[in-house]
This record gives sequence, C-alpha cells and structure tokens, in this order.
Amino acid sequence: MTTLVFLEHHEGELLKPSLGVLSKAAELGGDVAGVVLGSGVRDLAAKAGAYGAAKVYVADAPELEQPLSQPRVDALAKLVSEQGFDSVLFAASVLAADVASGLSARLGAGLNWDLTDLVQQDGSLIGKRPALGDSVYVDVGWSSEPRLALIRAGTFDPKETGGEAQVEDFDVQFEDFSLAATMLEQAHAESEGPSIEDADVIVAGGRGLGAPENFKLVEELAQALGGAVAATRAVVDSGWYPYATQVGQTGKTVSPKLYIACGISGAIQHKVGMQSSGVIVAINKDPNAPIFEFCDFGVVGDLNDIVPKLTELVRQRKS
Amino acid sequence: MKIAVCVKHVPEGTTHARIDPSTKRLNRSGEGAINAFDTHAVEEALKLKEAEGGEVVVVTMGPQSAQDSVRKALAMGADGAVLITDDAAAGSDLVATTTVLAAALESEGADLILFGQQAGDSDGAVLWAAVADRLRRPVISQVAELTLSGGKVTGKRQTEFGYDTIEAPLPAVVAVSDAINEPRYPSLKGIMGARSKPQRTVTISELGVDGGAVGEAGSKTTVEALNDPPPRGDTVKIEDDGSAAEKIVDYLAEKKVL
Amino acid sequence: MTRPAEYPPPFDSREFVAAPSDSPDERIDVGVLIVGAGPAGLACAIRLGQLMEDDPSLAERLGEVPVAVLEKGKGVGSHLVSGAVVNPRGFRRLFRGRDVRIEDIPSFGPVQHESVYFLNSSAATRVPTPPTMKNDGNFLASLSQLSRWLAEQAEAGGAMILPETSAERLLVTGARTVGVRTGDKGRGRSGEPMPNFEPGVDVTAKVTVLAEGTQGHLTGVALDHFGLRGDNPQVWALGVKEVWKVAKPLDRVIHTLGWPLRGGRKYREFGGSFIYPMGDDMVTIGLVVGLDYRDAEVSVHDLLQELKTHRFVRKILDGGERIGWAAKTIPEGGFVALPRRLHAPGLLLTGDAAGFVNVPALKGIHYAVETGRLAAEAAVEALRPGRTPWTPGALASYDRSVRDTYVWNDLKRVRNMRQAFANGLVLGGAMASGAIATFGKFPPGNRPTEPDAEVELIRPKRSAKYPAPDGKLTFDKLSSVYLSGNKTRDDAPNHIRVRTDVPEELGLLWERMCPAQVYEVKEDGGETTVEVTASNCVQCGAITAKGGRLTPPEGGSGPEYTLT
Repeated sequence: MTTLVFLEHHEGELLKPSLGVLSKAAELGGDVAGVVLGSGVRDLAAKAGAYGAAKVYVADAPELEQPLSQPRVDALAKLVSEQGFDSVLFAASVLAADVASGLSARLGAGLNWDLTDLVQQDGSLIGKRPALGDSVYVDVGWSSEPRLALIRAGTFDPKETGGEAQVEDFDVQFEDFSLAATMLEQAHAESEGPSIEDADVIVAGGRGLGAPENFKLVEELAQALGGAVAATRAVVDSGWYPYATQVGQTGKTVSPKLYIACGISGAIQHKVGMQSSGVIVAINKDPNAPIFEFCDFGVVGDLNDIVPKLTELVRQRKS
Repeated sequence: MKIAVCVKHVPEGTTHARIDPSTKRLNRSGEGAINAFDTHAVEEALKLKEAEGGEVVVVTMGPQSAQDSVRKALAMGADGAVLITDDAAAGSDLVATTTVLAAALESEGADLILFGQQAGDSDGAVLWAAVADRLRRPVISQVAELTLSGGKVTGKRQTEFGYDTIEAPLPAVVAVSDAINEPRYPSLKGIMGARSKPQRTVTISELGVDGGAVGEAGSKTTVEALNDPPPRGDTVKIEDDGSAAEKIVDYLAEKKVL
Repeated sequence: MTRPAEYPPPFDSREFVAAPSDSPDERIDVGVLIVGAGPAGLACAIRLGQLMEDDPSLAERLGEVPVAVLEKGKGVGSHLVSGAVVNPRGFRRLFRGRDVRIEDIPSFGPVQHESVYFLNSSAATRVPTPPTMKNDGNFLASLSQLSRWLAEQAEAGGAMILPETSAERLLVTGARTVGVRTGDKGRGRSGEPMPNFEPGVDVTAKVTVLAEGTQGHLTGVALDHFGLRGDNPQVWALGVKEVWKVAKPLDRVIHTLGWPLRGGRKYREFGGSFIYPMGDDMVTIGLVVGLDYRDAEVSVHDLLQELKTHRFVRKILDGGERIGWAAKTIPEGGFVALPRRLHAPGLLLTGDAAGFVNVPALKGIHYAVETGRLAAEAAVEALRPGRTPWTPGALASYDRSVRDTYVWNDLKRVRNMRQAFANGLVLGGAMASGAIATFGKFPPGNRPTEPDAEVELIRPKRSAKYPAPDGKLTFDKLSSVYLSGNKTRDDAPNHIRVRTDVPEELGLLWERMCPAQVYEVKEDGGETTVEVTASNCVQCGAITAKGGRLTPPEGGSGPEYTLT
C-alpha cells in the first residue's frame, strides 16, 4: 500500500486531525508519505516525520498561500499521478472536502467520506462509516485506484513515533480556472469560542436546570472545558436560551467528542441531535430519565451541586 | 443572467429511510422530498433573480419521483427544470454522478451554479467541488452570504477558523450553507403554476454520457456490508454521594476527552 | 366535580367566516373546490373527473382549474389514520363502468378469517362475532397508502391536488359559500410575520365540498354559521394505533372487548381494540375508546401500551418491531348526530366530517367514498346550463340522494347502539343485540347523545397501572410522536384554542387524554396552569371533544403518516 496523507495546516501548525490520519496510515502499513501545500511551509513539513511519514512532499508557491481548494487539486493531481499512490487520505474539513472532491473528479477516483475507521479486510482497504442518523454502519470500499478517503475530523489521535521524514519539493502547473478565485479576507483564530457544530466539547442544559439563570452553571463549565453551550427545545421554547443553540430533531445535529447533558431528560427529539457524540455524560435528578439509556456515564444527582464542583475540578486539572 | 440550481430528491425523513439489504443502497422508492439544504440554494437563486433579473433552472438527477422535488422548486419560483432520469444511473457514486451533472450543466450554460450544503441522505458535502473541476470553473463553498456585482460573485463562508471572504469571476460554482437565508413558502399560485413551467426529462445518452460511466459500472466506490452500529458500551450509572464531580473528571481523563 | 364544558375555549366560529378580500388578481378561482384529500374528497374529485370525461362541456364550464383539492398535510395521506378493513362497495360503485379495476386498489388482501375476543387481565375468550362486525368480502388496507392511489386517479381525471395547504376560513357572501381562504405560512410564535411570511389566499369556487374528516374545522364553522346542527351533539372516540413489523404472519382480523377498558356506568369506557394483518410481515394494532369516559386519568395511548402486555397480544407481536404510530378521533354519534341538512348554498358536507361512520361495524371509508361521489353528482347537477349552485335548494339533491343510499339506512339501523353502551357493556350489549335483531326498531326512537365535554370527571388513580415504557414493547408518548413523522416547527403559532387557567383536574384530563403530550399541568406559585406544546400535536382532534378547540396549523405541519 502506498499512501499519501494531506496535511492541513493553519497559522504555522500542522492540524491535529491531519496528524491523526497520518498516524493511522502508518499503522495500516506500507509506504506512507505526507504532503504539505502552501507558501513558506518547508519547515513545517519536516515535523510530519514524527508522526509516521517516511517522506513529505512539499509544494511551496505563492498560489498556494491562501487556503483555497482548487490550486491544491492541481498540486495533488500531479503528485498522485507522478508518484502512483494507491490511497490518498484526508482529515475532513471545509478545505479538505473540497480538495478531495475536486481530486476525485480530476483523477476519476472513488471518494468515500465521513469515515470513522479504516481497516484492511481480506486484502482490501475498507472504510467504515455511520449512516442514516447513526442507525446503521456501512462498510465501504473502492473498485479502483487511487482510493480517496475523507475521514471524520478527530477520529484518529496523532501518535508520535519520533521518526524523521525526507522532504521533497515538487512543482505545480496551475490551471487558469484554479486561480480564478481569490481570498479577499482570511479567517483568523476563533472569535468567541466554537459554534456548537464545530465544537469538540458541548455542555448542554435542559429543563432540569430549573430556571434560566442556571444556564450560568452550564456556561462556566463550557468555558472551563473550552467548549460550546447548547440547549434543548424545551428551554429554547421557554426563552431561556437562543434557538441557534438548540440541539435536536428541529434544531442542530452535533457530534462532539464530549457532550455533557445537564438536566436533560433525553427524549428522542433531543437524542437524534446528539446521539453520535463521542462520550456522553448525563447529570439528572430523575433516575428514570431516558438519557440514562444511551449515555456513557450517568449521574443521578443534583446538577446544582455537581456542575460547579465539576467546573472547579476541570479548571484545576487544566492549570 | 442564468442560474442553475442542483437539487436532490431524498427519501422522506430519517424515521422512514431504510437501506435496501439486497442492493445495500438507500431505498428511494418510497415518499421523498427535496433535500432541505437545497431549498436554501433555490431561495438564494430566486433572490438573485429578483435583484438582477434572469432565469433560474433547476437540475436534478434521480428516479422519476424526483419530479416532486422539481415541482417544489418550480413552485417557489424557478423558471424551468431538467430531470435526468435513467435506470442506468441508479447506484451512481460521486464520480458517476458528477460526470452526469457536469454534462447536463455544461449544456445549460449557466453563469452561476448553486448547490446546497450537504445531502440529508448521505451526509456528503462534496458534490460541488467535483462538478466545478469537471466544468473547469472556480468554486466557493459553505457560503453564508452571497453578493453579485460586476460579473463577480463574492461569498462569505464559514470554516473551522471563522469566516473567509472569497471572490470569483462568473461563471462560477457556489455551494450555500443553510445559514444563508430562510427559504420562502411557495404561494398557492406558485404551486398551481409549477405544472405548466417547462420541464425536460433527459436520459444519460441524450447528454452524451457513456453508459459505462454511470451507475454501478461507472462508480469507483462500493458498499460492502451493512452492520448494526457498534454498541455504545456499558453505561456507568452512579448516584451522587458528594463525589460525583470527581468521578466524572476521572472518567473523562480515562476516556481522554479531558 | 369538574366538567370540561364549564371552561369553553376562546373560539368563535364567526372568526372563521369572512367575505373574500383579495383582489381578482390575487385570488384563485376554481370550478369545484374540495377541502381534504381523504377518501370522501378524492372520491368526489374522481367522480367529477368521470363526469368531465363524459361531458367535455362540463370541464369548460368549470374553468381553467375545474377541480382543486386542498390538503393540509405534507402530502396526501399524511394525516390519514384508520384500521382499516374496507367495504369495497363504495369503490365498486365509484369505478363502475370505468377503466379502473378493483384489483388495482392497493390493499393487503381480503379478510380471510376473523375472531372477536373478550379479554380480562389474564385470558382471552373467543366470543361469537356480532353480526355488525362480520367482514366477508371486505379487504384490508392502509388508508394513508390507499389515498395516494386515489389521488393519482383523481389527478388523471383532471383534478389538481394541493398539499401543504390548510383551509382556514369559509368565504361567504350573503348566504352563499363562495370558497375558502387558505392559512398563512411563516408566522412566529406570537403570530408575528417572519421574513418568509406568505399570506393565505382566497380560493373561490362555484361549489365548495367539505371533506375534512373528523373534527373538520370548516365543517364545524359551517354547522354553526348556517345552523345545520342536528338535535344531538356529535360525540367522538379516540383511536391510537401502531404498525408493527412481525415475525409470524397474522392470519385473521381480530377485535377485542373488555380489558383494559372498564365497562359499567361508573367508568363509561366504551370501545375495544383491533389487530389487523397488513400482508405477511406487518400488523396494525389499535385501541379505540369513547371520549365520554369519566376517569380523568384515562390515557388511550397508555391503555394501548397496557393492552400489548396481555399474553394474547404479546404472542402476536413477539419478535417484532414497532414501525409506526398514529392517533385520530372517530365521530361516534351516528345517525342521531348527523347534521339536519348536509348542504347550504354553494356548500356540501361529506364523509367523517359530517359524521358518516357506522360505529358498531367500525366502517366509514365506504360511506366517505359514497357521499363524496354523490356530492360530485349534486354539484354537477346544480351547474347545468341555466342553473347556479347557490340558489336555495340547488344542492338539495345531495341530501335526497344521501337519504336514498345504503349509507343512510345502515346508520339508521344501528342508531342507538353506541348510546346503549353508555349503560355499560352487559346491558348495552343486550340492547345492541336487540337493535341488530330488530333491524333498528328496538330500542325505539332516537336515543340522545350527551356531549363528551359535559361528562363529569372522577379520579380513581388509574395512571398508577400504566406500564412504564420499556422501549421494546411499550413506548412513551414523545417517541411515538417522533415515529409519526411530526416535524412541526417549534416557533409556529399555537393552533390549539384552549383555556390554560383551569382546575388541576381538567388540566390532568387533557394531559392524559392527549396522545402526543401536548398539555402539561404546571404549578406556578400555588396556581395551576396548563402548558401547551403545540408542535407535538398530531391533530387527532380529542381536545375539541373535551373543552378545547383544534384549528388547522400551518399547512404541511403535523404528522407524516404513510402506513396508517
């Protein structure tokens, strides 16, 4: 297997999800290379060696300075055709999705997305992904090479293996249409914390909070964890918190790594909006609340006692 | 100005959506509706038409029942529609689907091509970039605010890091996010008038696409198996005896989410 | 002790009657306007299509849009619920001499066997099938599915079907009904227009046919406005049903009486259950209970869950999976509760909305089809050259033809049976049998109905017996509402007219009664109030029978039934 991993970077750092995919590729075996595209990124490229890349290809060009997808398609198309990789892996992001998709068209190569695992099965590479709101898991494959895969961000953790990578430059000829779009203004660091759809951690409050003022407890815990605040339909209906934070069938669907549900009963209308979260912790006074059927760690107790203590402990741990 | 909007007809509601165990593909024979995310694209196209003049054409690839989604877009105010329907195209993956869509869009000659943010049935957010590559046009995705002026389209879009503003000359491909607008309700007149708006049905060969490039034959990905979701694992349930907060923190550390 | 009728809802029919206000450009003009795409409305549309085929000049007279059918649900069938065992008589007549075969009607096949059982908490005893419940020659179907097929036939005949469109007001000038005004879309919680606000529109027609089904909104308004109510008020039952995928095919149609309902004057829990096969791999099970029950804690949804725990029922559902749930009221007043007239100038009333349901036989679909067909004929009769449908008496031929059909005679024959059961199962059963044996001559006269909302409530702590939902055999209300496909937006205006400052007992009655958990009793500093979560509402209509009033919500909202 010869695998190329797209290494996304932002403000001078290789992104964790990309490094996680790189580590996974190393685990799957075969020749693993990374590719870093940008302007002034050679130093960054070398760092990928520590996570399992034997070689890192770099295309350093002013056309690649802004995080636009189409010039990257040009670069990867050239690299993949010349080097003959049989698999190209991406950690999903807004940019990566466009790059992978454009590459799929350019090379006529199959693309599977939203993968939560990649395995070797009977000599073939198989991707695993949830479908239909997590009610079924599908094994997907490829009928030709190269195989393109978009892996759900954060699925794999980076593992430092302490290796060194050989850095190799390559040139790119850009298509005219790839250079037509220009970025007038580029996004900077997070403003006031992540929106609930992007957050890795969400602390959500429901009717069990008792009163709108108690959302303060939820906010403080969210802040300590570096996460976002979400709400259930019931409390949004009652005007306790804005609709933009509503998680559920008629609100947003989220899948953070950690979801802490405070005073939420777990009715299905809410469950379908958050059931594929990584770890679900629930705090509720009612031992019969449905949420205890599908959470990972459930606490029957008074959130007014537990949440402030939890916030304090989290702050201590992080400092 | 001509705007083409790509819409998808998806099975109605996740409560009824089922995967057909024999084909391992989504059972699309039941009730369906226009992909909710695509209604934002239709709405945006209509707003642009209202501001700049021109025409809005809806393009969809799907079974005959996709007529319902097409009608909804026409009822909202689109001027015409193209339904690409062909048994040979059933089971097309991204590569096959975008081959067909690109062929259809090429013949429409639109200045602006709009897509919705993702498909409700496959959670894919990938169609437009592939189509843009085939059409050799610039693409802007996840656009939350769109402006058109002087032959250029400018999109303010959300990424993990905040908002980018990207500009591209027409003709261009733009995928809009669901934050961009609130789709209008079709008026009753609109619903009644939808029927008489021009609707073309085309087959794969009429588009000049080879049969081998579509359907399962033209797809480069496969569905191998369907499985039950992995069990969540045992739930730990405790009662607070004063130490619940500590226990939670320990659990989070153990699970490496802290 | 409280009676729901002591707290009437803030509702006045006059609010829903108006003159047309749109300009000629804005309004939509059609030939015959039908409100409701159920069996009555669609049969009417189909018959009109046939009459237009026979006489092309009719289509010309009806105009550019000869027939329009308004449907408030997301699609045809989205709001339709029934068992159902259908008597094909209505369809045979409707399609007589036409290019449609009865075999084409989507069904789950003819009824092959049937049994009636009397249940107590542990056993099921077979009892002889009452003559009114014999189902030879009838077929099994999903009404929701059947209606979609009917809609195709109607469209093929030239009708335009317009889903996601509610009919909110009756348009009347003078004594003449000239159409309906459709509901607004895009209003916020307090009624304020939102950015995508789309106002309703006046739809004017030469004849308006109301086929709204149980608790028809404009039908209720029309009965008030035109003084069409009969001497006896309508009464209703609430049916809650589920559709299950099953491991073993069910070979018979089953009805049960008795447990978990308590017969007798004290409780007045009149009703029973049905369990019907839907092909080899599905079954539908439902419980129907009259809304004149006295116990404030009766919850038909929970009684259905309790019913499923009976050994006899468990065996049928064993190894299966719940795939559908629905709730809807059924008019039970029968003959004595029919309106005194079924028409007004420019207006016709059909189907369940008018009360054409044979309760002892559990049949109403073929009456809906038959009355829908007759309405089409009356409309066309009144539209002959030189005639107009709004001159007094122009539509009287409808009333005459309905009185001549089996619909009228069937209902008359069984007219006192339901009321008999108010006296309890045993005595009621005897009276009912008497009624059947004498073809309705005994008991003599017309026994009156008592409005459901006048029934006095008692509180013997029934709810303690309901099973806790286990998520496999028994289920809670919220997950059931989810299964109905209900995705009504949370910030839509509340479409339920009900007083919220009511005694706790009444609030609890509603809390239990409603299968969709719309009403919740809340304590607010010593005062009890009722919180209404209108977006859960599946529009069953029960609240209208018990002190509130259901009005149509935004078109397209509510349940999205497909197999019910």
